[in-house]
Amino acid sequence: MNFRLLTPLLILAVGLTTAACGKKDSAENQHEVIVKIGSVSPLTGPQSHLGKDNENGARMAVDEANTQNILLGGKKAKFVLVSEDDAADPKTATIVAQKLADQKINGVIGHLNSGTSIPASRIYHDAGIPQISPSATAIKYTAQGYNTAFRVMTNDAQQGHVLGQFAVTKMGAKKIAIIDDRSAYGQGLADEVEKAAKAAGAEIVAREYTTDKSTDFTAILTSIKSKNPDLIFFGGMDPQAAPMVQQMRRLGLGAQFLGGDGVQTTEFLHLAGADGEGVTASNPGVPLASMAGGKEFQQKFNAKYGKIQNYAPYAYDAVQVMIAAMRRAGSADPAKYLPELAKTDFNGVTGHIQFDAKGDLTNGSVTLYRVEHGKWVPLETVKNDASPAPR
Amino acid sequence: MDTFLQQLINGLVLGSVYALVALGYTMVYGILELINFAHGEVTMIGAMVALSVISALVGAHVDLPGIAIVLVGVLAAIPACMLLGFTIERVAYRPLRHAPRLAPLITAIGVSILLQNLAMIIWGRQYLSFPPILPRTTYHLGGATLSALQIFIFVLSLVLMAGLIILVQKTKLGRAMRATAQSPQVAGLMGVNINSVISLTFIIGSALAAVAGVMVSAYYGIAHYYMGFLLGLKAFTAAVLGGIGNLGGAMLGGLLLGVIESMGAGYIGDLTGGFMGSNYQDVFAFFVLILVLVFRPSGLLGERVGERA
Repeated sequence: MNFRLLTPLLILAVGLTTAACGKKDSAENQHEVIVKIGSVSPLTGPQSHLGKDNENGARMAVDEANTQNILLGGKKAKFVLVSEDDAADPKTATIVAQKLADQKINGVIGHLNSGTSIPASRIYHDAGIPQISPSATAIKYTAQGYNTAFRVMTNDAQQGHVLGQFAVTKMGAKKIAIIDDRSAYGQGLADEVEKAAKAAGAEIVAREYTTDKSTDFTAILTSIKSKNPDLIFFGGMDPQAAPMVQQMRRLGLGAQFLGGDGVQTTEFLHLAGADGEGVTASNPGVPLASMAGGKEFQQKFNAKYGKIQNYAPYAYDAVQVMIAAMRRAGSADPAKYLPELAKTDFNGVTGHIQFDAKGDLTNGSVTLYRVEHGKWVPLETVKNDASPAPR
Repeated sequence: MDTFLQQLINGLVLGSVYALVALGYTMVYGILELINFAHGEVTMIGAMVALSVISALVGAHVDLPGIAIVLVGVLAAIPACMLLGFTIERVAYRPLRHAPRLAPLITAIGVSILLQNLAMIIWGRQYLSFPPILPRTTYHLGGATLSALQIFIFVLSLVLMAGLIILVQKTKLGRAMRATAQSPQVAGLMGVNINSVISLTFIIGSALAAVAGVMVSAYYGIAHYYMGFLLGLKAFTAAVLGGIGNLGGAMLGGLLLGVIESMGAGYIGDLTGGFMGSNYQDVFAFFVLILVLVFRPSGLLGERVGERA
């Protein structure tokens, strides 16, 4: 065999096969429209359990939609979930966002973190792709004026305010130490909590910082210990909150520990163990079990994917909201269904979903939970009318 | 004053772990003039293996005291890491022994990435938690709180370091190691089996790394596939700080680095008037390294690398 001809022959063979495959796709177009919904979350790294949780929630919604024989513009819609990993890193998030935009994705459920959703939102806006974040709570995400950025979770203006008030009025803290992980989410939430706590009359005795990759907090906790706080607030995620609480107890720091939605996860209970007892954390929305359809969602999800970490119901609702908008518009074309998305009035498992002019929820609420006997127990829910207007 | 004492204690415990890992770097560099970047990952693998064994034992409700279970984990991790260190040397470094200096360095980085991804595939991407089976007794020393685990880590590190010094200074193998470090060719001519000595150096270093890995995961309560990277980098920094190739230097460098980091993170906010916060903890350590290298390039206790004829 003449090997010099082998390479060009192989290339020709591969080229022809690809062309044939291409032809096959267009033949199907006449009866069916493929709708690609992107899901971006950290699938590697310390927050991968949360990222996978989001992906699973979105996937469950997509699978359900595919069984419902939805028609868009007369054609049968086939929904495909395109799942990408942004490792909770803003740089990777922009690369992934560009990749999805180039693929002409029909909509994005993501990202998980505020730090990644904010830079990615610019790329999606420039490409006209609607983006619904299931879990980004930083105020900046919807404050940029992008009509493609939405979220199905209350933002930190409300969450921070509720946390700060709760710490002073209900937990009786007069001296508060605040630690944040310098991410867009952690820093933003900590700033809001500081403002609200000061307004409620508490003294902020220490403000310390860490990174979202650290596991050693003994130095900053030792420094905080000397200032004798009643309560320590941490703006950050569960893989760090857990070692932080453990190190606190080991140093003999008896202060109460308060966190945001990044701490209120199933994995936190597992990582912190006995040291997690008594930890308080907030989460936007109301407890899943008290929502209509919440228990059913929980059972279905547990059967398919195991325990819910935190945001899976929000990812599920985000997909449903997107698909509902597509149905109302009769098309999966972003330009056509974006106006319908803004007019959403939907009852999901996380509550009643309606967007305001910026893309935030109109009637968000925040629930506070405490760890009792190794489980998160809801304490109280604060509804929207108690919070100041978001800026 | 008690805050200072607490930071000092935290720093010494952290430093003793850095010292154990730094010993592995320094021994290999002393003999081969190679920075074994994969050493941090060997530490990580030791932690993961031990954690798997410990979790399995706890899951099977084996009726042993917590310390015994951890000991079993350590005893499982040590041979695993020894084998790993030996394999890395044979497969990745020995063929490149006469290659230009850059080749084994790049290979070391490659092995490091390989091990990280291997760990990610085997153990998954999320943080594994250390079962809470160790006693949590705390003692108070002049206003500072000291846990039994901290004391244990510090004492064990000192014991292991002392053991290594005895091995290197007083035994025949140690003499062979020192001879190989001084000049491999001449040592070979004098009847020392260079290949064996080098393999044994890697094996001993890896065993220490295994113990260090278990200590770190017990101390922080978690282990994950990426934990070896920063730990290895800091341990290497500690080795250079004390004088690369110098065993005493690695120990001193490790302890010093731990204390500097702890003090730095604790006081940096006050020192810079809030300009730089404690998230610059790592910066402090590397900044000190730069200072030491500028004013004393061979490290605090002096380099000890062999002459290559």
